[in-house]
Amino acid sequence: MSQYRVLPGPEHFLPPAAASMGIRLPNPGEAHINGVIVPEEKGYEEAARQFLMAKVPTIFPGPLVLWAWNEKAAKKAKAVRHLYETLKESVHPSQQAMLIPMPDYRPKYPKIDPEVEINPNHPNLTIWHNKIDVCMFVGVHCHQANLSLKIIRGGTSCYTIAMCAQAGHEDAMLSFRDATYDKIMLLADWVRKLKGSVPPPKITAKGAV
Amino acid sequence: MAETTSVIGTQNKKGQTYTDPMYLMNEAQRTPCFYTGSEVIKEALRRASCDVMIAYPITPQSEAAALIGELFAEGYIGDYFRGESEFAVMSQCAGAAFGGARVFTTTAGPGTMRAMENFPMWAGARLPIQMIVTCRGINSPLSIQPDTLEIAYLLNTGMLVWHAETAQDFFDWILKGYMVSEEPDVHLPLALCCDGFFVTHTKDVVNLTPADMCLPPYDPYRSPVPCMDMECPPVRMMRDPFVMKSNYISYATHASWQQEIWAAIERSRKHTIKWLNGLIDTENIDSDILIVASGTAVSQGREAIRLLEDEGIRCGLVKIKVLRPWPEDEIREATKHAKHIFVPEFNVTGWLAKEIRATLPNPHRVHAGPRVCGGMTMPPEIIVQEIKTALGMKAESLAGRGS
Repeated sequence: MSQYRVLPGPEHFLPPAAASMGIRLPNPGEAHINGVIVPEEKGYEEAARQFLMAKVPTIFPGPLVLWAWNEKAAKKAKAVRHLYETLKESVHPSQQAMLIPMPDYRPKYPKIDPEVEINPNHPNLTIWHNKIDVCMFVGVHCHQANLSLKIIRGGTSCYTIAMCAQAGHEDAMLSFRDATYDKIMLLADWVRKLKGSVPPPKITAKGAV
Repeated sequence: MAETTSVIGTQNKKGQTYTDPMYLMNEAQRTPCFYTGSEVIKEALRRASCDVMIAYPITPQSEAAALIGELFAEGYIGDYFRGESEFAVMSQCAGAAFGGARVFTTTAGPGTMRAMENFPMWAGARLPIQMIVTCRGINSPLSIQPDTLEIAYLLNTGMLVWHAETAQDFFDWILKGYMVSEEPDVHLPLALCCDGFFVTHTKDVVNLTPADMCLPPYDPYRSPVPCMDMECPPVRMMRDPFVMKSNYISYATHASWQQEIWAAIERSRKHTIKWLNGLIDTENIDSDILIVASGTAVSQGREAIRLLEDEGIRCGLVKIKVLRPWPEDEIREATKHAKHIFVPEFNVTGWLAKEIRATLPNPHRVHAGPRVCGGMTMPPEIIVQEIKTALGMKAESLAGRGS
């Protein structure tokens, strides 16, 4: 097993793809945390814990759930919305839950507006601007998600979670696979379950730290 | 994400039943047939639920492109046409794959080289096109005989590269290749290579799966990139390279993009091991002497081992089936006891021996040869001679006739 661990950055001038460092994707029924394969259930608990500990826990829904291109996508979008609402209700007032879309993958010139969107070519801009410390990708095509996750790991200290509908993402710090409506709802259940049991970030005169 | 329901058990327009690929390859009854390698390619394609085949059938290396034209006439291939050149063919393959089709093509030698620009583009665009490479000489004076130098050029394109030894490998791997390369975490083109002429033109007994069973169709909705979309990368890159327009982080995007291609090759290990039962095959690897080879050099190595056994010399064999991803750990493990490692090759540069030397501890154990090129055959006796000479044993010279 690889000794490499997928941890929050900033990691390197050009961080390696985790797969090239020997990190393997989970099999069905599993997740990975920091590159270590775990039962999927453990992934839900850790993802919920990370969300509740964050100053700015954020969900980045991608085009596969933003557009109602089939019934499954529309249903999954409702689950994402539910997760966001649950997160908002579950965090301390000093925390700011956000929902920022990745509507497409077009390069945006001269640069994106980080207030309203995230783009896979410059995902760090949105992370930096909004001071996001934990984020979750959902509904993003796998290749674009991997690019974004690696750039975020390279240039920010943000903790990344991938709710992937396919085989998962090694470049996230925590990844689920075969995501469905039910799995997103289950994560929302875990957020609600852990509400109040996870200490929020400490508040100082300068805000949350 | 796609609204798909399983098609397994239903029939296509030719009356073939879409069959679970694992059952098709491992459990379905096989029928032995006596076919050339080119005919075997045709028979594999009959069962591959291929949407588009594009050909430039000038090459004398393989009849496969023409034979697959017959399949199209019979209604087994969705669409089939001839490109203006090998470069055009590979570009057209990209277009078809961008549109969400399962695509197949063949090439060889100079055609591979002419089309080369397209292969890293296929990989970068995550197009799971399958390309048969029936290797032949690439330099002037040209040869239609086998020479594996072109594989060396394919190794760093970002494609998966497999090297078949026999027509049976070819039949099985064409079908299994789609299963690996179309996995959403892989989704890369596959160069399925063989030593042309030896495999393509000679006849062999090949066990075929039932002709009334076929692979399930490709599901483009599992692709890691959107299908044809002129506004988004990867298609957009081709008309509007963002790397040329922006700042530092765009270069990071481009760099990450390249890393992602090679990450996808790494991810293919798991699937390839499942389908090919490992990236290498081994025999008697506790021997002091090993032959490590790929393609038909494996067959010649087997014959050399038989000749050596007649003389009481024990020699093991490592057959490298997959070149990308490179089976580094497997080769290290298989060769850990060997004192002498011989790498017979059908090319002038010895690219396989170089890869093996770069992989192993104590690379002085690797004897880069024997090598033939330009279409020469490799009699097993020259492998025996190479081994005996390296061991300080008397060996009969095969050079010239002398007096």
